[in-house]
Amino acid sequence: MTVLGIDRVSKTYGAGDDAVTAIDEISFTAEPGELLCIVGPSGCGKTTLLRCISGLMAPTSGAVHLDDRTVTAPPRAMAPVFQDYSRSLLPWMDIHHNVTLPLKAARMPRAEREALASDALASVGLGAHGRKYPWQLSGGMQQRAAIARALAYQPEILLLDEPFASVDAQTRADLEDLLLQVWGRTHLTVLLVTHDIDEAVYLADRILVLSAAPTRVRKTITVDLPRPRDQIATKELPEFAHLRASVFALIKAESGSAPPTDAATPDG
Amino acid sequence: MPFQFRRQAEAIVLPVLGVAVVLAAFELAPRVGILPRATFPPLSESARALGDLVRTGDLWQPLLETLDSWVRAMVIATLIGVPLGLAIGASRWGRLLTGLTIDFLRPIPSVALIPILVLVYGTSPTLKVTLAVFGATFPLVFQASYGITDVDPVAKDTARAFGMGPFTRLWRIVLPSCAPYLATGLRISASIALILVVTGEYVVGLPGLGREVLIAQSSAAYDRMYALIMAAGLLGVAVNLAFAAVERRVLFWHPSQREAA
Amino acid sequence: MIRSRLGRVALQLALPIALVALWWWTSSGSTQVFFPPLSRIVDSLQEDWLFEQVGSDLVPSLTRFTVGYALAVGTGVALGVLIGLAPRVRRASLPVIEFLRSIPPPLMLPFVLVVIGIGDDSKIALIVLGAVWPVLLNTIDGVRGVDPLMLDMARSFGLGRGRRIGRVVLPAASPKIVAGMRTALSIGLILMIISEMQASTNGLGFRVLSAQRSFDSAGTYAGVIVIGVVGLVVNFGFLVAEARIMRWHRGAQRVVEA
Repeated sequence: MTVLGIDRVSKTYGAGDDAVTAIDEISFTAEPGELLCIVGPSGCGKTTLLRCISGLMAPTSGAVHLDDRTVTAPPRAMAPVFQDYSRSLLPWMDIHHNVTLPLKAARMPRAEREALASDALASVGLGAHGRKYPWQLSGGMQQRAAIARALAYQPEILLLDEPFASVDAQTRADLEDLLLQVWGRTHLTVLLVTHDIDEAVYLADRILVLSAAPTRVRKTITVDLPRPRDQIATKELPEFAHLRASVFALIKAESGSAPPTDAATPDG
Repeated sequence: MPFQFRRQAEAIVLPVLGVAVVLAAFELAPRVGILPRATFPPLSESARALGDLVRTGDLWQPLLETLDSWVRAMVIATLIGVPLGLAIGASRWGRLLTGLTIDFLRPIPSVALIPILVLVYGTSPTLKVTLAVFGATFPLVFQASYGITDVDPVAKDTARAFGMGPFTRLWRIVLPSCAPYLATGLRISASIALILVVTGEYVVGLPGLGREVLIAQSSAAYDRMYALIMAAGLLGVAVNLAFAAVERRVLFWHPSQREAA
Repeated sequence: MIRSRLGRVALQLALPIALVALWWWTSSGSTQVFFPPLSRIVDSLQEDWLFEQVGSDLVPSLTRFTVGYALAVGTGVALGVLIGLAPRVRRASLPVIEFLRSIPPPLMLPFVLVVIGIGDDSKIALIVLGAVWPVLLNTIDGVRGVDPLMLDMARSFGLGRGRRIGRVVLPAASPKIVAGMRTALSIGLILMIISEMQASTNGLGFRVLSAQRSFDSAGTYAGVIVIGVVGLVVNFGFLVAEARIMRWHRGAQRVVEA
């Protein structure tokens, strides 16, 4: 199982006087099979960090390591799930073909591709909808399809960028549980960026709280809540509220000290 | 700082470079033999011929003849196309009644009418105008009918509530709302009309830029021929730019639909 | 009456039928050269075009058009993708492209005739030189407008350059490309006809012109009608093909608008 190491990664945009440092020497390790949530105030470099980790963007300094290999391009071992499913699923293909496309690119033989795709779609509850087009499905189902695509790819690390932000609360709860289910079965390493603190506490083994820009790791919080998690039971635990409050307080403090150009502080 | 500077520099240098490369290609290709020198003189020679045409005044008469027909065609096409389009677009009856007819007439390539027009007009320059009117009316009809269906019904109702009569409403609400569509229609029609006028001149031998091209071609004065083609191209660019500028001014406040090409 | 389907169809047919009837009636006794009786035009259509001149003229015309159009689309899309994906090349080449496409396409005819000569090659070349521009410009536009998120996704899942272009860029750009192809269709037809009127021994344009020259007015009109029908059929065929291939786009659009 691969260890994901982020080693003093920094990203600065522009040069000279106009230079803006989005993230500044962020370091952490994701243990194999761990579910790690990343939260932070609005405007902190969450997306930038994720793009550097995923290999889409090169950091200005520092490096991302998979075991001892440096990540310079999107690695085979990682699969993404984006927030905006309607722009990441290809509308000219049905769901099934969307799922098999990365497998075709990986030169997998047909039989294997088909099997993986069918399994992945079934595991997210879309077994009967493979021939539908993304725009024929609801938002929640589209995001499931995106998750199925990532799963079929057989990665070791799953990267999710605010994956449930664009769906309603009920669907979000369902998808959170789906993710936990899938994670429980596959034991992937999961990195999930979210602005929803409840979600972070509910899902995570550990939570990374980021600071305002220039972003650093403000604190790492271990979530000791028992598994399996439950939307009702877990959230009733006093420990849940306690963790939630700590994270919230940290973020609020970060937003308060944020530079004027950042978004407004969250209401509390 | 250097990043910004490079961006701005590129915005100027690159287009200039592109044009320069193409000009150089057209200059060298005949000299090197890629294009036959006998029938495609180097660009400098054609440019010189264009300069001669301008200097001796030989360009202006045909140019005016072309422009004259073009203006006539535009006026007539507008006077026919805009009211027709507005009438058609304004009522469901209108659209149902004329839809099929227009769908049949529209795909007819305008140039196919030239032989019939020759039978009717012989060698009268009116042929050009009629041809251009046929081609240029359709875009105006379409744009006018789209425009009028796009008028905000709330605006119309508000106007009526304030006691504005039908003509006042037409003048103050409907037409301004249609204006962006009409501007787009005019731009498209202007191009089509110009192309058809010049085509008519070339194919039938009617006075204008097109006929000058034909004469130069027949007398193997190829540098002059290309010079005239370039002049027609420049005229086309000028017309396009002018109408596009008007369109942009009329459009700046309106989120309208536009044709891609 | 508008409400019933039959009523609507009847209303739509009313004007064309009325116009044709008017035409028949006003032309029936005509002895004027430029306004032959419609009945004689119909006769001419029957005699000449069913099916005698189909082989000798219609087929060569359509063949030239198809070849020219296919080349125009192929070149336009290929170049458009290359230019659209390279911002510097795009900025450098756009002014030139805009100028070249402003030259009235029929005026490319003298160039083509003089440099290539009389024959099929020059006609096909003319069609390409006129029809390539809308395809090229629209492809460049469409390629530029591809959602960067989609490209990110494609890169993240290990799709190589070729697959990204074939599976993401081209389909995403296809609505714009198809719009350009539609414009190119009309331009191609016009150029096919013009080239046949100027330098040809067969074809639709040639037939119509020689009818006019020999003052066979009924034949002239008949030829124009055939050209009109060809234009209609080609356009209709395009619409049908487009509806099939772009079904996904209409579906996706409807969701966005909802």
